Amino acid sequence: METQTLIYLFVGASFALYIGIAIWSRAGSTKEFYVAGGGVNPVVNGMATAADWMSAASFLSMAGLIAFMGYDASVYLMGWTGGFVMLALLLAPYLRKFGQFTVPDFIGTRYYSKTARVVAVICLIFISFTYIAGQMRGVGIVFSQFLQVDITMGVIIGMGIVFIYAVLGGMKGITYTQVAQYCVLITAYMVPAFFISFMLTDNPLPQLGLGSQLNDGSGTYVLQKLDNLLVELGFNQYTAGTKSTIDMFCITMALMVGTAGLPHVIVRFFTVPKASDARKSAGWALVFIALLYTTAPAIGAFGMYNFINQTNETEYAEADSWFKNWEGADLIAWQDKNEDGVMQYRAGNAFEGKPEFTGETGPSGERIVANAPNPDTANEVYVDRDIMVLANPEIANLPGWVVALMAAGGLAAALSTAAGLLLVISSSVSHDLLKSTFAPNISAKSELLAARAAATAAIVVAGYLGIYPPGWVAQVVAFAFGLAASSLFPAIFMGIFFKSMNKEGAIAGMISGLVFTFSYIVYFKLMAPDLNVAENWLFGISPEGIGVIGMLINFGIAIAVASVTAKTPLEIRKLVDSIRVPRGAGDAHAH
Amino acid sequence: MADNSNDEVPETETNAAEGAYWRENIRLLVTLMSIWFICSFGAGILFRDWLDQFSIGGYPLGFWFAQQGSIYIFIALIFVYVIRMKKIERKFDLDD
Repeated sequence: METQTLIYLFVGASFALYIGIAIWSRAGSTKEFYVAGGGVNPVVNGMATAADWMSAASFLSMAGLIAFMGYDASVYLMGWTGGFVMLALLLAPYLRKFGQFTVPDFIGTRYYSKTARVVAVICLIFISFTYIAGQMRGVGIVFSQFLQVDITMGVIIGMGIVFIYAVLGGMKGITYTQVAQYCVLITAYMVPAFFISFMLTDNPLPQLGLGSQLNDGSGTYVLQKLDNLLVELGFNQYTAGTKSTIDMFCITMALMVGTAGLPHVIVRFFTVPKASDARKSAGWALVFIALLYTTAPAIGAFGMYNFINQTNETEYAEADSWFKNWEGADLIAWQDKNEDGVMQYRAGNAFEGKPEFTGETGPSGERIVANAPNPDTANEVYVDRDIMVLANPEIANLPGWVVALMAAGGLAAALSTAAGLLLVISSSVSHDLLKSTFAPNISAKSELLAARAAATAAIVVAGYLGIYPPGWVAQVVAFAFGLAASSLFPAIFMGIFFKSMNKEGAIAGMISGLVFTFSYIVYFKLMAPDLNVAENWLFGISPEGIGVIGMLINFGIAIAVASVTAKTPLEIRKLVDSIRVPRGAGDAHAH
Repeated sequence: MADNSNDEVPETETNAAEGAYWRENIRLLVTLMSIWFICSFGAGILFRDWLDQFSIGGYPLGFWFAQQGSIYIFIALIFVYVIRMKKIERKFDLDD
């Protein structure tokens, strides 16, 4: 069967599955809408959390980032997994014991203040929308690559699918669709990885293959070979880094703390029956996430190795069909600077910016680019980072059904995260803003209706952000982590571990952390991108890692303010005592 | 992450079992979070250059910690915590 037909088949079948599950698990009450009824098995919840967590960026971009950044990309690997240790040990069991529906619920109750609750909602909406913009863009890109529609159309189809299961099913629908989506995405990720690892090293397990010798008879290890190849072409060594130690440290920390503070991840732990299940569930989530995260470095390295081998010093006319396919999709370009008909891949950009194709073809049959060639490098090849995952099956010559599986997997990753984010936005609006702040007399039925209306509105905004994106996918995502690390995490952490933290302290901390981090990122990323170099950074910390400083500011200001204002009331001290012990979490949802 | 001195203030009505339970929890937390820090930020970033002179198979050791090892250790830490906490909860009769 044609690959394109297979893609339609796989994508169509997976959508039918998600929608079927959504209809089967339709939410009937606010409790089902917000926390799936609170009775989800911890292993199932772990799987749903993994799908929720692993976004279009994890699925599509991470292996590419690793391929092109080598050791430097370790910040993502450690950062996006290490946060689960913090979640399991520092937050999840206590939040579950607290037993309410949303993150602002906890902050509003613990800090006995409607203002604190509203500030938390603002932080949450901010974080979720910056994150979701990247997801919707991801949905659009995957659709346009695989289904031959333009990105705008792709975003709209994605919005429709998410609408069905997020609005109908609420948290309950999302939980079970996410389980299905996890299965689809992990299969799609692992199958090509097994094949590629086996083809290059005779070891089918990519985690081991990456540390093995190449099976070309040379006896060199994969990483050693890659180091040599890259250095020969003028790149940095793959296993050595270029980032400064302080920047590596801060980015990793910001991503970890950000992970632990991301509201759509935290709420997943509200859905299990007991506090001890929240701990277990975080462990399972990390197991399921680690499957993909320990495979990604192998895909990155193998992908880079194959890419160099099949392009560098290869005559364009002789190049494999994948090269021409992805050239057709604007993700690869070749500019024959020395007019020898052979592709040279070297360090540096072949030309400025993204390729602008003139629509004509050159002497070797390549698509001509209008961009002015970069005279500083002999490099002739432009390659988009996302290609390492998208084109992987083709580069390794895998059958059409693997490509089709890949398409379904990429969509599953983007849709599951988008749905999770939409849900936290809608529950915050309906539960925290309406029910708990502005319209306390609203009936349960109207609250459910409001939640659905809010989810619909959020989808429309997210779709708009996907069609007119504020920046590149991974860059936008990094934003969300800094903001989560500097605003929500400290407030929740101190709510559990510092009994004397009062409302004045928490509010001042959240606002100052958020404002500092937001201004730093906006300044370097949007207002003065030319100044975004290490010399201008505060302590040499890039905008990606600045959330750590924001977090420290949050802690510092909160503690300072709390020490000069009124003590926390007695009933709040009792509340903190009660969330610290696991007993009684089972009936906490009853109120 | 140090325990709060207010725990000893009688007005909070923390009973003895809950106080002892919380102290054991904090001790376990500090131990596990230290391992968490040493494996990721320590081995993967701060001491990476020194560790890279050793290798596991084709992996330089520091690079292995940064891209594989710390993730495996993270998983182990959470499950150790799950098991140890269950024991501590039973000991003080506070389990759910």
